[in-house]
Amino acid sequence: MANQDFVRQIDLHGFGRSPGLAMRWHIDFVLLGFLLLLCAAGLFLLYSATGQDMSVVIRQATYLSVSLVAMLLVAQIPPRMLMQLAMWFYAGGVLLLVAVLLVGVESKGAQRWLQLPGFRFQPSEVIKLIMPITMAAFLARRRLPPSLKDVVLSLLLVAVPVVLIAKQPDLGTSILIGSSGIFVLLLAGLRKRFIATSVCLAVPAIYILWHFFMYDYQKRRVLTFLNPESDPWGSGWNIIQSTIAIGSGGLDGKGWLLGTQSHLDFLPESHTDFILAVLAEEFGLIGCLTLFVLYALILGRGIFITLNADTLFGRLLAGSITLTFFVYIFVNVGMVSGLLPVVGVPLPMVSRGGTSLLTLLAGFGFLMSIHTHRSFLGVSH
Amino acid sequence: MPQDTLKDHGAEKRLVNIRIWVAVALMALLGMGLISRLFYLQVIRYKELSTQSDDNRLLVQPIPPTRGLIYDTNGKLLAMNTPSHILSIVREQTRDLEGLLNSINKLVPLSEGERQRFHQRLGRRRPFEAVPLKFDLTDEEIAHITVNLFRLPGVDINAELIRKYPEGELFAHSVGYVGRINDQDLKRLDPTIYSGTHTTGKIGVERSYESILLGTPGYQEVETNARGRVLRVLKKSNPVPGQDINLFLDIDLQETAIKAIGDRRGALVAMDPKTGGVLAMVSNPSFDPNLFVTGIDSKTFNALNTDIERPLYNRASLGEYPPASTVKPVMGLALLANDLVTPDEKIFDKGWFQLPGSDHRFRNWKRSGHGWVNLSKAISVSNDTYFYIQAGKLGIDNLHDFASQFGFGHRTGIDIREERPGLLPSREWKQGIYGETWYPGETVIAIIGQGYMLATPLQLVESTALIANRGRYVQPRLVKEDIPAVQGEFWGDDIETDRAEDTDAMNWELIISAMEDVVHHREGTAHWSIGRGLKYRMAAKTGTAQVVSIAQGEEYDAEQLKEFERDHSLFIAFAPIEDPQIAVAVILENSKGASRVAREVTDAYLLPRLAQTSEEDT
Repeated sequence: MANQDFVRQIDLHGFGRSPGLAMRWHIDFVLLGFLLLLCAAGLFLLYSATGQDMSVVIRQATYLSVSLVAMLLVAQIPPRMLMQLAMWFYAGGVLLLVAVLLVGVESKGAQRWLQLPGFRFQPSEVIKLIMPITMAAFLARRRLPPSLKDVVLSLLLVAVPVVLIAKQPDLGTSILIGSSGIFVLLLAGLRKRFIATSVCLAVPAIYILWHFFMYDYQKRRVLTFLNPESDPWGSGWNIIQSTIAIGSGGLDGKGWLLGTQSHLDFLPESHTDFILAVLAEEFGLIGCLTLFVLYALILGRGIFITLNADTLFGRLLAGSITLTFFVYIFVNVGMVSGLLPVVGVPLPMVSRGGTSLLTLLAGFGFLMSIHTHRSFLGVSH
Repeated sequence: MPQDTLKDHGAEKRLVNIRIWVAVALMALLGMGLISRLFYLQVIRYKELSTQSDDNRLLVQPIPPTRGLIYDTNGKLLAMNTPSHILSIVREQTRDLEGLLNSINKLVPLSEGERQRFHQRLGRRRPFEAVPLKFDLTDEEIAHITVNLFRLPGVDINAELIRKYPEGELFAHSVGYVGRINDQDLKRLDPTIYSGTHTTGKIGVERSYESILLGTPGYQEVETNARGRVLRVLKKSNPVPGQDINLFLDIDLQETAIKAIGDRRGALVAMDPKTGGVLAMVSNPSFDPNLFVTGIDSKTFNALNTDIERPLYNRASLGEYPPASTVKPVMGLALLANDLVTPDEKIFDKGWFQLPGSDHRFRNWKRSGHGWVNLSKAISVSNDTYFYIQAGKLGIDNLHDFASQFGFGHRTGIDIREERPGLLPSREWKQGIYGETWYPGETVIAIIGQGYMLATPLQLVESTALIANRGRYVQPRLVKEDIPAVQGEFWGDDIETDRAEDTDAMNWELIISAMEDVVHHREGTAHWSIGRGLKYRMAAKTGTAQVVSIAQGEEYDAEQLKEFERDHSLFIAFAPIEDPQIAVAVILENSKGASRVAREVTDAYLLPRLAQTSEEDT
């Protein structure tokens, strides 16, 4: 305990310039600084990826400002309150997902939106936040490692929204949400025999999923991933062109605004899902490693906050949010570089788009909240 | 919460922390995986992918050379290039072709013929070649397409020079035409030289001088975007235009000849015996070569191709006709050169001739006979019996060898590909074709240019020029410039250049004076038709061929059959005798009057020249 207190002392008095202010406003300046650095780099890249369209950059900067404010607001919510309201959030979220399936708005072949007066709203984005909170809240109250009954119950909690979202269909989001829930379970000390069993069950499960649940376009993406040259002008185009873009960047890239793959429209989705290819083409391996360093700093801070959380709930929630952020990065980079099938996951904080930015920064708001709301008794209950 | 009492916070915290460190290790591992992947792409495969990236955006585009122009002898244009805006489609850049055609149709109406020809061209295109859909776009049509280009993938408008033949039908057979490169052309053409060119010479001078007219393509390296639009030009090497060529052909003379022939089927070749330059080359009826330049639709083509008057056929050099009596001057020379007759030697013509031991009568054209006939008269009145009698002495071997020196039986080597050799029969030839020996009776009809013997109007004019030149051979040619690369192809070793020059000068004058009598003596066969009022001395020979038309094997109705059974009239001539400036051969199928056609042409050619000469003299 003495050691832990020491760590806390350093954290409170060593990092923030005026520790009192950080605690009072519930802001983690270290995390904020890393995030701002990453977002700035993202805007810089977006300017090139959109073909020097300043209006897009300004719009993205606006989303960013709104999302930062949201993050700071979320940080004000004490974790205890989150834990108490978790099941209500969960119930509300599932209701919204059901509503999407019943009265949702269709666009591009998927029914993902609820039409509200004035704007469209995508409930699955909210579930991204609700899922880890719910799971952390549920498991924090159980004995760890969780019993079989608790494991089954938590899997059910994960399965309901995941299935609802997969039906929209939105495979990418349902995988991300599913994994954010499973991460809580894994962090909570899921027994190794459960892990081994589920790995064994995964093989038949994938078989069933492929033959009975996956849509044709989803299957095609996987097939294309396995052999992009089979349809170079059609579904293989994205992977081939992004591989070319990345590879042609070389060690130090073609230079800012000079990427030919992106500027001559060979690279599709260059400002959304495939923006990493623009970075790789224009700044080369050095640029990519620089981005990875920024991500590593954010992840490191996330892990630091997780390890230092003073409640089990905070620990599980912070861990899940951090790991999910990593999954975002991994899936996007993997898919853009041809390691994974194209599943439509944006590069976090860098790809164009307001919604995912809002969700991500709100998640970091929880991290800040966990880090700055502390009971100095050092006891969780 | 009942569980709370059982919870061991310290143990749970340790458990979770272990899991977190495991997760950190996993993230590090996966992160290394991503970095390795990027390293693999950006360092190990850098060269390959960098090349692919350049291949994506860089395109080497050929710039077609401007085709050489073709002029007549006076520098008037026979073939030119006019700019035309063409709407074309690159098939490989479109996904839904029919949908695309329909959207284009809404902007610029497409006719059925245009669609059909487009699909024809589409079947014969090279990969990534822009296939023309519509030619000669108006400014308005260009505007309609241009503003919509962004939603018409693979569509482009480019200005291209297309061939134009301002004289239309006049020179369709001699100048020929260019047409779109098809599969057959691709087998013989070098695709790199033709990479930007869509047409190639198909017949006539356009075909034979293709390599000269074409020029050398240039190239430009351009940067394109993913939709194939050119964004900027990086490198450029300019094309070298094709060489212009001048022909001996004379528009005015050609027009005169066509007018004189009128609506009759026939051919005329006029040649300058000094140079061999072809002054006029007519095959009537003709067609508009402009139809073929951008691709002719199958309906129009079939109409032309199945027309019983065969307008597509170049009668002047492909048409093989029995030369009939027009060969008599050559045969007369053969008799003299072989010392078989003397100029004064006479035979008595009672109207027919019989071979010893045969009942068959070879009849003179004049049934009552011409009485006493020597060689000179035999030519001027075109007596057949005289030649029948001499046939036995001459024999087929001498006949063949001598006539061969005048160009019969082989191509003249004129500088277009559309030429046939005619037929000069021989023992070997008959044995080869029929497996039979040669009969003396066949020599009897061969000597008056009937039977197996066939000649083209071009061969007739060549042999006439040889007589005009007293044995000096000249090569018939359309193009004035010496272009050995092309002409060598035509003037190979098989073309004899040392013709009948060693023939005695006296013999030439005797034959020429007999030919003069054909026109200028009151008994001459052409005297009454053209001999009177002639302002210069002309040597000539008439001919009448009793044959079926060259358009054999077609189905005609009875009335037409009658017409096609009538005799052909032939005429060869050169003038003026003392200084030959023009030689001409005419054939009119199933019609009389070849001599009058010839005179109109020689008049048109000579009268202005003679007037000029006499002015200079005074």
